[in-house]
This record gives sequence, structure tokens and C-alpha cells, in this order.
Amino acid sequence: MSKIVKLKKGFDINLAGKAEKKISDSPQPETFALKPTDFVGMKRPKLLVAEGDNVKAGTPVLYDKMQENVMFCSPVSGEIVEVKRGAKRKILEIKILADKEVEYESFTAYTVSDLTNLSRDEVQAQMLKGGVWPNIIQRPYGVVANENDTPKAIFVSTFDSHPLAADLSYTLKDDAEAFKTGISILKKFTEGMVHVNHDLKAEVSAVFSAADAAQHNKVSGPHPAGNVGVQIHHIDPVNKGEVVWTVSPYGVAQIGKLFMNGQYDASRLVAVAGSEVSAPQYHKTYTGAAINKMIDGNLKQDNVRFISGNALTGERIHDNGYLGFYSNLLSILPEGDHAEFLGWIKPKKDTLSFHRAFGLLSFLNGKDKEYVLDTNTNGEPRAFVQTGTFEQVVPMDIYPTYLIKAIMAEDFDNMEALGIYEIVEEDLALCEYIDVSKHEVQDIVREGLELMQNG
Amino acid sequence: MFEKGGKLEKLYYLFEAGETFMFSPSTTAKNTGVQIRDAIDLKRMMMTVVLAMVPCLIWGIFNVGYQHHLAIGEQEAFFSVANLLFGARWVLPIVLVSYVAGGLIEGVFAVIRKHPINEGFLVTGMLIPLIVPPTIPLWQVAMATIFGVVVGKEIFGGTGMNVLNVAMTARAFLYFAYPSQISGEVWTQLADGTMVDSYSGATALAIAQNTVTSGGADVVAALGDFFSFDNMLMGYVPGSIGETSTIACLIGALVLVATGVGSWKIIVSVFAGALGMGLLFNAAGANAFMDLPAHYHLVIGGLAFGAVFMATDPVSASQTETGKWIYGLLIGMLTVLIRVVNPAYPEGIMLAVLFMNVFAPLIDFYIVQANKKRRLARATV
Repeated sequence: MSKIVKLKKGFDINLAGKAEKKISDSPQPETFALKPTDFVGMKRPKLLVAEGDNVKAGTPVLYDKMQENVMFCSPVSGEIVEVKRGAKRKILEIKILADKEVEYESFTAYTVSDLTNLSRDEVQAQMLKGGVWPNIIQRPYGVVANENDTPKAIFVSTFDSHPLAADLSYTLKDDAEAFKTGISILKKFTEGMVHVNHDLKAEVSAVFSAADAAQHNKVSGPHPAGNVGVQIHHIDPVNKGEVVWTVSPYGVAQIGKLFMNGQYDASRLVAVAGSEVSAPQYHKTYTGAAINKMIDGNLKQDNVRFISGNALTGERIHDNGYLGFYSNLLSILPEGDHAEFLGWIKPKKDTLSFHRAFGLLSFLNGKDKEYVLDTNTNGEPRAFVQTGTFEQVVPMDIYPTYLIKAIMAEDFDNMEALGIYEIVEEDLALCEYIDVSKHEVQDIVREGLELMQNG
Repeated sequence: MFEKGGKLEKLYYLFEAGETFMFSPSTTAKNTGVQIRDAIDLKRMMMTVVLAMVPCLIWGIFNVGYQHHLAIGEQEAFFSVANLLFGARWVLPIVLVSYVAGGLIEGVFAVIRKHPINEGFLVTGMLIPLIVPPTIPLWQVAMATIFGVVVGKEIFGGTGMNVLNVAMTARAFLYFAYPSQISGEVWTQLADGTMVDSYSGATALAIAQNTVTSGGADVVAALGDFFSFDNMLMGYVPGSIGETSTIACLIGALVLVATGVGSWKIIVSVFAGALGMGLLFNAAGANAFMDLPAHYHLVIGGLAFGAVFMATDPVSASQTETGKWIYGLLIGMLTVLIRVVNPAYPEGIMLAVLFMNVFAPLIDFYIVQANKKRRLARATV
């Protein structure tokens, strides 16, 4: 009983420099890193290794004191060369100097028929130990799933509608079998459905269609149609007291591989894209890769920003930084650190705007125009003034402005009543983009989620 | 020097306001969250509203001159240099005083309350001159602007927090504090000319009221050729500076709606509410004013200006989309109700907008409550 969801609200940000479906021949980076800061809600990370230790791909490196069974594992084999710490000795990066050939920790491999007989407890034990558990994110709160929960459903979105997003049917083109296996394993965790949601406008890739343990739904519309949160809202919304899990397609395939091959396989295709990239292409590497080799000789100019992830929800990193655990995209955009004479009133046709206020002419360009946008804030923070625009980019039955104000007022009852359980940061990222008053909407959402989670 | 710890730290927000008017700032998105931002900012949005008011302002300037020359018996073609010069002589000082007084008080509050100077005042500063008679003493303009900004906005926490529309608050202040300068025969700036007998100087609404009190039968006949539907639609009539021309207001509405800055739902529903109430009165028909054809209500007085520029103020209006329909409809209905039924107030739009400003949060409350109920109905625990 698959569902079709057609969404109208939203806004596509069509940036220039999309990755060409071609694998770059740039060399593999020397170092990789695991960043505890990638895991939202990780409170007390504890190291399991010290500088100088040798690890294999799949060796536990880190765990959270609050969730001791979930292991965070090394993506590659090699030597721990540095544990970078910040203020109050907070762990920022665990850097691993990679071997030429990756060696893997070995976990139990199963045949297809063995897998069907495994119980939830058995697969769970291997997933917790084998480094793939952090792929499972739970709603509410958008944090790594609690292994003691039984979700009412599990959701996977097979398309990413963010700006410059990697094409998931391309990055997983050789992983159809692993994806199918991953889905059948996830099915053991829920009595409800595993929903796999596809883009209605595109052909369903063979990578995903073989996963017959799942219910396949189709979703159409502008961004954020690809956001799993929006899909959940329309297919099987999260109510108070309920838990839903979400997993990225890459995470599903990684879970599948752990059981098929007995390995924590962190290899992945990463898109390097953006207007400032000379050759926007895919790079074959591992989770947590240093970006230095990907950008060497691959930039059009120097004053750029490197973003682990996409332009709406990503995180700025240094030119010697590392991609995040969940990131399959390195966006490179021009830095906007320049003042513009009378920039607040000058007519602008090449700066994309959701609005059509005086002089904002980008709506004349049509949908196919690709934009070069820089990181300038295009204005200063102000109080809320304009109304009704947030609602136009959130295709959910939610009043974003009221929810945001409830969070700011720390009004728990209203946060709950207005739907905070149904959203995470990325679902309201477009509000932050289009906001006339330049609020930090995603930070506010996280603040609210933390309040709800920790009371 | 204006930064934290600098000598003039206290004046930082004044400095910021000045600087950002010359250059859009070089600030970039922070490390997490959106890395790119929409091209819009509040200044541009507010300037869009100001630009939408320009047709009303220009018409107002010519009309002040036109009414003057008409009143002293030296009628000029409407768009004549003489009308322009005379109108500009009396209108521009009002605009200037409104901006200076408003700017000063905004600046003072920005420094004391340590918040940025909000661009909303660009709009308020232009709105106030357009809703006062051309004969208004300048000191009253200053007083009204200061009252509007302080009582209408700053005591609630500044722009974005205000319950009432600032410009309407300023006008209500004038109306109740200095009634003799804002009602009666104040709509024509005579300067030192004398009025000829053929010119009355009254507004259409006053004439309509008089018809009722003097027991007349037909308001349209009483309005005569001077206040014909066409003349009021175009705006060849006396009144507050910016509101006489319904056409100029509609051009402004077109700008606001096309740019998405003003809510078309509010504008349409105010007109619809006024028309509906007019028809209702037509059906009742208890006196001459009630019999006034309903479409006259749309062009008489300040309804059009209020619908386009006052009711659409996003901060004081209803904030939910369904709420905007209800809010607008009620403003339109109340305006006509006040006009026709309450002889103490010839014009109803000012009180209707202020009244609905107060009720907008209540309307929104019920709309949002319905959303919460839908969510609750889904839950099992």
C-alpha cells in the first residue's frame, strides 16, 4: 500500500557547480578523522584509543558515556596520530593516518538465509559493536537512536533535495544488494513499516527498488520534499510518546555490508561541488576524509568557504579540515566578506531570493537558472516583522513562527502542542534562508529540542 | 570606536544604522546552519512599502494645490506647476517633520534600549504625513509621531512587538488630543487665500452624515457632482493628504501584492467586508446614509488607503493566513458600521484598524489552537 505525496510548498535553491557523474582520480587523503561533534546530543564522549595506537577499520575509537553500547569506529586502518581538543579539553577530532591498504576488523558474516533467522537482539549486538548504529537517527530530537526503543516505523529517503546534493542512486550504484540486506535487517526492529521514499518525478533506481521488505512511497515537490522529516509528517507522523527512526540510504547499505561481508565498510562516494570548484565531480574515499586532496588544484579562487554538507544545513570547515560522519558532500562557495555599496536597495537579478520585494528580480530568471551565491548574510538581524512566509516553505501542517516563538519563550507545553517532535533543524532550514530578519532558526530549533529532551 | 569597549560604544546602534545605509554589511553566515542567505533584508522590504506610497504622495501634493486653487476660485488643471509648487510647499514640511521627529525618537530608544534602529520607521515616517490634513500644525505632526513611536511601539519592546499600528496610533492621538485641527473644515489648505462661496471644504463623509441629521433623502444627490463616484475614485476631493485617490491607493496595492510584501488577502477582504456591510445597510435602508450605494463606501474617505497601507502592517495584523481573511473582513465591516451608525465619528477606518489590531492575536489564537487540536487528535497518549 504505497503512498504518493504531492507537495507544493517549498523552495529549490539551484546552485551552480553540481557534481558531474564521474569519479575523480585525485589521490586518497593521508588522514581521516572522527569528530564527536558530528553526533548531535553526544554529551560525554570517551576515548577508547590513545595517540600512537594502531586501529583497523571498525575498531571502536569512541563511545558516549550516556549511551555506552554504541561504538563509534575508525573508518580506515592506520595509526591514531592526533587527538585534537578544544576548550575544556573537549574532543574535537580524532585523526587517523591511514594505511595504504585498509585492513578490517572482522565481524560475523551471514548468508541471506541465515540473516532471515537472526533475532533483533543478535543483529542489534553486531550493529552496536560494528560502528553502524550511529546511522540510525531517532525522531523526536534527531539524535542517535536509543537501542532500547522500538520504533513505530523506520524511514529512508532515497533522494536529497538540498542544494548541490549528491545523487544517491549514483553514490550507491554498486550497493543494491547491501541496501536490500540493510532494509531487511532494519525490518527486525519495528512492527510497523520500513518506508523507503522515492522522488515521484524520477525513475526509481534499481539500487533501491529491489528492497522488497519495505513499503515504497513516492514524494514530489520542491525542497524540502527530500527531507525525511517532511515525508514522515505526511506518511506516518510522530506523535507525542512515539519514536520513529530514520536512516540515510548510505547508512542502510553500510548496515547491509556489515552482515554480508562482516566488515565495517566506510568507503563512500563524496561529491565535491559548488561554483568555485574547477572540476565538480565525485571522489571515492572513506567517511571522515580530509578534504585537502580533493581541493588541491581544484579551486577557481582562494576566498572560498568549505562546507561539510550542503549549503543549508552544513558546517564550515578549514581547508585542512575533514568531512563529517554523515556528510557525502563538500560544498565550496565564494566567501561573501565584502561590503556592498547601497547593497540593500540595488536591484539584484543574480542573487537568488524567495521574495519579490523591490529590486529582487531573481524570480524572472526561471527555474533552470543556476546561481552563484556567496556566504554574505545580505542584511542584519532584526525582530520578526514579515509574516506568512515561513509557512510557504514548510510543507507541513505546522506554524513555524509560532513554534519558534514558543521555543524562544521556553514554553514547553506550546512547543509540544505546535509540533516540535516532528521536526529537526533541516526541516526549518529554508525558513532560516528566506528570513527577512535573519534569525538563526536552526539553532533555535536545536535549543528547543534540547529543552524538550532534557527538561 | 563604536565597537564594544570603544569610546562611543553607547552610540553603536546609531553608527550601525548610518553605516548599513551606505553599505550592506560584510558579515558572513556563521559556521553552522545556513551558509547562504536570501538577498532580502528588512530595509528593502520597508523601502518597497515606501515606494508603494509614492503615487499617493504625489497625488496628495498635487491635490493639496488643486483644492487650494479651487477654494480660492482660481481653478488650475490638476497636474499644473502651480498645484505642484503649492502642494509641495505644504506637504513636504510635514513629511520632513515626521521623519526627523520619528528618527530622533527611534535613535534615542535605540541607544537607551540597546537595539538596532528598525527600518519600520521608514514606513511610519511616510504614513503619518499621508493621513493628516494639509492644514495640520507641524508641532502636532512631531507630537503625534513621537506619541505613535513611544506608546504604539517602544513601550511594547520595539518593532515587531507592537500591538497597534504605529501610524494609526499617531493619528488617533491627534484625533482625540487636538480634535479641532483634524476634524471640521481643515481639509483645504487655504494659506492666506479666502474661500469662495461655491466651495464648501467639507468631506464626502461629513456631507453624508449631514444628510441624515438634516433629514435629507438621497446622499448621492447631496454629494452632488463634486463628490461623484468618479471624482472620489480618482481623488479630486479634499481629505487627508494621501488618501483621497482610490486609484493611487490601488497602484500602491498592486506594488505591495506583486512584491508579496503586503498581504493580498487582507486588502481584498477589507474591501469585501466594506462592500458586504454596505449591501447589508442597503437592505436595511433605515436612513439616507444606509441607502448610499455600497460601492461608494469603497471610494469615500480613507478606506482604500487604510486597507492597503494600514491593515496590511504585518506586525499588527493577524499573522496566520486564515486569520488574515477574518481580520480584513472585520475591518471592512467595522469601518462601514462606524461610518453609518455612529455620528460622532465620520470616518471609521482608523478605529476599525486599531480595534482589529487588538483582536488580531485573538483570531490567531483560535487558528493556532485548531492546529494544536489536529495534532493532539492524532496522538494516542
